[in-house]
Formats: sequence, C-alpha cells, structure tokens
Amino acid sequence: MVFHALLIKYAEIAIKGKNRYLFEDALVSRIKSALKNVEGKFQVEKESGRIYVHCPEEYDYDETIAALTKVFGIVEICPVMIFEDNGIERMGEDVLSYMRQVHPEYCGTFKIFTRRAKKSFPLTSMEVSAEIGGKILDAMPGASVDVHHPELLLHIEIRDRIYVYSLSVRGPGGMPVGTGGRAMLLLSGGIDSPVAGYLMAKRGVVLDAVYFHAPPYTSERAKQKVIDLAKIVAEYSGPIRLHVVNFTDIQLYIYEKCPHDELTIIMRRYMMRIAEHFAGKCRSLGLVTGESIGQVASQTMRSLAATNDVCTIPVYRPVIAFDKQEIVEIARKIGTFDTSVLPYEDCCTIFVAKHPVTQPQIKTMRASEKRLSEKIDELMTTALETTEVIEIGE
Amino acid sequence: MEAYFDNSATTRCYESVRDIVSKTMTEDYGNPSAMHNKGIEAERYVTEASGRIASVLKCSPKEILYTSGGTESDNLAIFGSAYAYQRSGKHIITTRVEHPAVMNPMAFLEKQGFEVTYLPVDRSGVVSVEALEKALREDTILVSVMYVNNETGAVMPVAEIGRLVHEKSPKAVFHVDAVQAFGKYRIFPAKAGIDLMAVSGHKIHGPKGIGFLYIRNGVRVVPQILGGGQQNGLRSGTDNVPGIAGLGCAAEQIYRNLDTASEHMYRLKEQLAAGLSGLEGVRVNGMPIADAAPHIMSVTFDGIRSEVLLHALEERGIYVSAGSACSSHKRKPSAVLTAMGLPKADIESTVRFSFCEENSVQEIEYCVDTLNELVPQLRRFTRR
Repeated sequence: MVFHALLIKYAEIAIKGKNRYLFEDALVSRIKSALKNVEGKFQVEKESGRIYVHCPEEYDYDETIAALTKVFGIVEICPVMIFEDNGIERMGEDVLSYMRQVHPEYCGTFKIFTRRAKKSFPLTSMEVSAEIGGKILDAMPGASVDVHHPELLLHIEIRDRIYVYSLSVRGPGGMPVGTGGRAMLLLSGGIDSPVAGYLMAKRGVVLDAVYFHAPPYTSERAKQKVIDLAKIVAEYSGPIRLHVVNFTDIQLYIYEKCPHDELTIIMRRYMMRIAEHFAGKCRSLGLVTGESIGQVASQTMRSLAATNDVCTIPVYRPVIAFDKQEIVEIARKIGTFDTSVLPYEDCCTIFVAKHPVTQPQIKTMRASEKRLSEKIDELMTTALETTEVIEIGE
Repeated sequence: MEAYFDNSATTRCYESVRDIVSKTMTEDYGNPSAMHNKGIEAERYVTEASGRIASVLKCSPKEILYTSGGTESDNLAIFGSAYAYQRSGKHIITTRVEHPAVMNPMAFLEKQGFEVTYLPVDRSGVVSVEALEKALREDTILVSVMYVNNETGAVMPVAEIGRLVHEKSPKAVFHVDAVQAFGKYRIFPAKAGIDLMAVSGHKIHGPKGIGFLYIRNGVRVVPQILGGGQQNGLRSGTDNVPGIAGLGCAAEQIYRNLDTASEHMYRLKEQLAAGLSGLEGVRVNGMPIADAAPHIMSVTFDGIRSEVLLHALEERGIYVSAGSACSSHKRKPSAVLTAMGLPKADIESTVRFSFCEENSVQEIEYCVDTLNELVPQLRRFTRR
C-alpha cells in the first residue's frame, strides 16, 4: 500500500486573517526541517488553502508520520492516494482499488465527500459522490451508505489529479514554532521544566535555555542529563541555545551570608537575573519556568512573588496550575520522563534547608540580599562571562 | 597532573595486552572451533593463555573456564553449583560484604527455596571464622566468600575457611570471589581448599569483557549458557580469543613483578595516610594498612559528602570512587560499610582510593596537597 502524499490539516492558523500566509509559511518550513532526517524525498507545497507533503519516491511511512506528529500546528495528517484524471469510469476503478488496499473487504457504513477544485470536471460533486458510491455498493457487499453518521468518510478531491483519502492521524495541534516569539527557559534536570518548554513551543514559541551547574556539587552527568533533555525538547521546538552557567560561587556566597531558610528563594532570584541577562542577549520576550503552585516551598504564591520581584520581563509558567501527575503524563508522552528521573543531584537540592521559608516577604528578601553587596557583582560578572553556550539540535 | 586512583573499578591495559588483542583481532582472527589452519592458529592463543593462567594458579589448564568477567563467573559458580548439588541439601553460606554479583544470585536462590546464611564481619571488615564454624551444617552445599573486599581491601582468611568448610561440611563446595585478589596475592586453589574461583580481566590490566572461573577438577556446575557446546559444553559461545589472549598476557605480567608492585603500593598507601594525618576528622577504615590488600584504601572525611569530594578531586585530575552511586532521592548506603558498623554519616563521607603499580610517589604528593587544601574549603559549606 503506497500513499503518494500526506494532506496536512491545520485548524487555528487558518483563521489568522491577513497574517495567515506567515503562519502557513512557518508551518511549511517546520515540516520541511522535520522531514530533513527522514529517509525519502519530499516536496512540501501549499495548494489552495491546504498543505500537501508529496512523496514521489520510496519512503518510510511510519518514520515520516512519527516526524510529522512532532510538528506543532498540525492538527491532522491524512495519507492520500493520487490517481490520474481519466474520467469518471476510470475514477470508479481507482477508488475501488483504494478501498481494496486500505479497507479490504469493508463491512460497515460509509459516505463519500467530493470536493471539486477543478470546476471544469464534467460532473458536479454530488454526482461524483453518487456515482462512485454506487460502484462501492456493487463491489463490496458488506458496505452500506449512511450520510449522517458514517463509520467511514471517504474524501475525493478533484484537482489536476484525483486525490483519495479516508485515514487520519492526529497531529500535536498548537502553532508552528517561530510564530509566537522567543523565550528563555530555565531548564533543570527535573520533570517540570522540560514540559514547560514543550508547552511554550506548542504555542509557537522559539526556545533558548539556561541551566545552572554547580560543580563539584553537581556532576558532569547531571549536566549531560540536561543536555539530553534539551535534545528531546528540541525535537519539538527546533534548535535550542543552551547556556550552562557555573553557579557554584554565587550559591556558596549566598549560603555564607544569608539566612539559611531563605537560601533557595535568594538563589532563585539570582537565577532569574542571570536568565534575564541571557534573554536580553537572545532577544527573548520572556522567561519560562516549570513552577507549579505549592509544589515545593519555593513555589508557593508568596515565594513566586518573591522570585518574580527581580524580573523585568514577563515570566511564563505554563504548568502553574497542573498537578504533578498531569505534568508527569505529558513528560511521558513527549519522552522526557525517563531521562528526568535519572538520579543525579541537582544544584537546587544540595544546600537546601530542612525548613525553608514558605511565606517569604519581598522586603525581607531585598534586605537579606544587601548582605551580598560586597562581592555579588563580581561573582555575577564572572558567572556571566564563563557561561558555556551549547547549540542543541542543530 | 592526572592521578588515577580508581584501579579497583578498572585498570589501564598493559601495552603488551593491547598488542596481542590487536593481533588476534586483525591478523590471527580465526575461530578456534574451525577445522582449518586459521582456527588452529587461534586455538593456540587460547591454549597458551590457559597455560599461563594455570601456571600462576598451579592448576591444570582444564580447570580454567573463560567467561565474560567477574559477574558471570560468580553467577555461574553460584547458580551452577547450587543446581548441581541441590539434592544433597539447600543450605548456602556467604557473607554480608559480598559484591552484588554474589549477593543478587543469593537473593534469587532464596526465592527459589534455598536457605542462605549471611555471615557478619567485624569492625575491620573481616568475616568471623567462629560464625562460619557455627553456620556450617550437614546440608550446606555451597560456601561463597570473597578474598579481598572491593570497598575496604579487607582480606578474608580464605585458607582457614577452606579447611573448615571441607572438614565440617564434606558435601559443600567452596567458592571464592577473587576479583580484587588475583594479581595481588599468590593464590593456589588446590592448597587453599578452593573449589571455584572467579577472576576478572580488566582489574589486572587486561581487557574488559573477559574473565575466568576456576573449577577444580571433579566439581560440577550446571551450565547457564547453552549453545554450540564450546568449553566442554560448560559455557557455549565462540571463544573470545582477543579477550582470552589479553587475559593470559595480563595474568603472566602482573605475577611477574608481584612482590615489588605490592611493596610499592603499600608504600603509596602509607604515604597517603601520613600526608592526611594533619587533617582533623579523617580516618582510614577497615584493617590496618599493612594487613589490608595492597591496593585498596577506604577513607572517611568527616563532614564532606563523598560525591562532592569526588567531583572536587576530579576537577583537579584525581580520580577516586565514592563507594556506591547515589542521589538525593534514592540514597542507598554502602552495604559493606553498614555491615562493618560504620555510622550513616561516616558512610556518606567515605571515598575509596585504589592503586596499581603504575601510580607514583609524585601522584600521591599531589593528591595529599590537594586534599589538604580542599578538605577545609569544602567543610565550610556543608549541609546545615
């Protein structure tokens, strides 16, 4: 069974008014790059309000579908068989051959939906449906027509050639990456932040990322784990520029100077500042975190406010109202979970207090940070200057 | 400077080993089971390796069975003998400080209805001979005791155990996991009453993926890998000729200068211990240095978590081991150190240094200097 093309259906981007072409072009370009590493030759074309992936040569169907189900903006993928237009008689035979290959010995109800893009075709859409429907009824004794609730909807599109399809594979939905701006993801080795990145990319946002490395308290393996997570997210989001910040000295300095129970919040305030610095460099319009209300002490609403206090650009928290289990489900679906749960120490957990503050006051945090005034600027400069940049998914 | 002190994890191959491995891969690459010349030529490497190993063990080459390494040798020894002798009894004795390659087969056998007695160790990590004497029974079919403990270097009284086992439980076979001892001690299984003995190649500057099980003539094991019937049907699969040739070569070379190497490593350990004596809260665990195996030294640094010290040393080119891999979530303290009665805090602050003949006095000096600088630094930042 060979499908000659894949019809790509998209929902939301069809209604974006005058900007529509921008969205379609972005989708076409995302599809092209998703198919770059798939065995086979593909032509991606916009044709009167639709996107077709033509597959003129031999290709790996499963691999192709798998690649396309990672392209945001696609709602449905319909594998299509294409036949030459040699009149209605021949069309009947071709559709029957389609049925025999795709739905052999079909038993059940069906309906034919014909669309006539080539208006010069001698029969109307209704006439074509009736004619071809009759042929199927004759040839397949188990089949019957139901125009209201058919079990099988068979599409015939009359263009320069005849397109026939009835199957559909669900796409990931969302918007093509590149249509939603750019954001800086604070990526850790945990479960939540890769999911947060994925969800932002789903809305068309291009991602960059920053990771806080704390050698010797965190190992090279912990860093490799974050790189591996970024690679998985990049399968959906496209290339990610990952900034690896050596955070050890800042963390130790806070640990030395500030009240222990405030350590995590103050640390996170510096992480936000660093992330914002790189966001500026990458022309990002916001920060993205995997925070979820109440999950840990540093994610109560007061803690979030205390962390947010240092940010001057918007902070997006796509999993803010998700339960852990809901986040885990997405992590499993997108394939980050198994990597996230590898047991390497994270820089957030090393010096964590037994009873960290859960209701920090912004004023108190600002006051505590004054204790750092002597060396913190110098340490921040060093951290920014020594940051390693890794291009993921190039 | 780079100082590799993780030789109990694995060692660098001798160059002679690399050469013979390379030769058997690209020139004399035949299958020893083949009938033609190429096969006969390859078979010679195997025969020669067996001869080399047999001569250091003072045993017959027929008593050497090649495996994929220490783990497979231990598994075959334990499962193979337990199944072969289960009609005489179902009681097995081992210690609480064995390697997982012994512990996990034991746990598996317990589920299958065998009874396993785990012998305690004393504060220095040595198994109690009195406890063994009490545990030995009429229906004991297998006793498995390691020669040198991989975490502390404790040396078990193997010959004494061998004598006792055969005296009190005539039906029992005595298995020794000698992975950390082969190449460090002269071991003569027949004299020591050893029936089965596991050895690994890459701990003695040989290749990874090769090892052997010594099986005393007359001792039965049920094979665990079935196939083409190689090695008298005891372990099927095409002979790993490069591995075997490399292993034979490494065994011969490591025994050639055993005494000088051993003395050298004891001196390095003394030098390290002396170099750390100025630091508060640093202790060498287990047996006194001169009594433990020449190459292993377990050291506790109070107040510093072992992974942190490991990574800090790694940044300076010094490679050690942190006992067991662990995380903040799934911390599993070392079973060996727990059995020795070390408090949890000590266990989490213990690293292992393990040496080989190639380590130098300069490397130890560098390590001592580094530790004297690092330890006070790291102690400033410990979990409050």
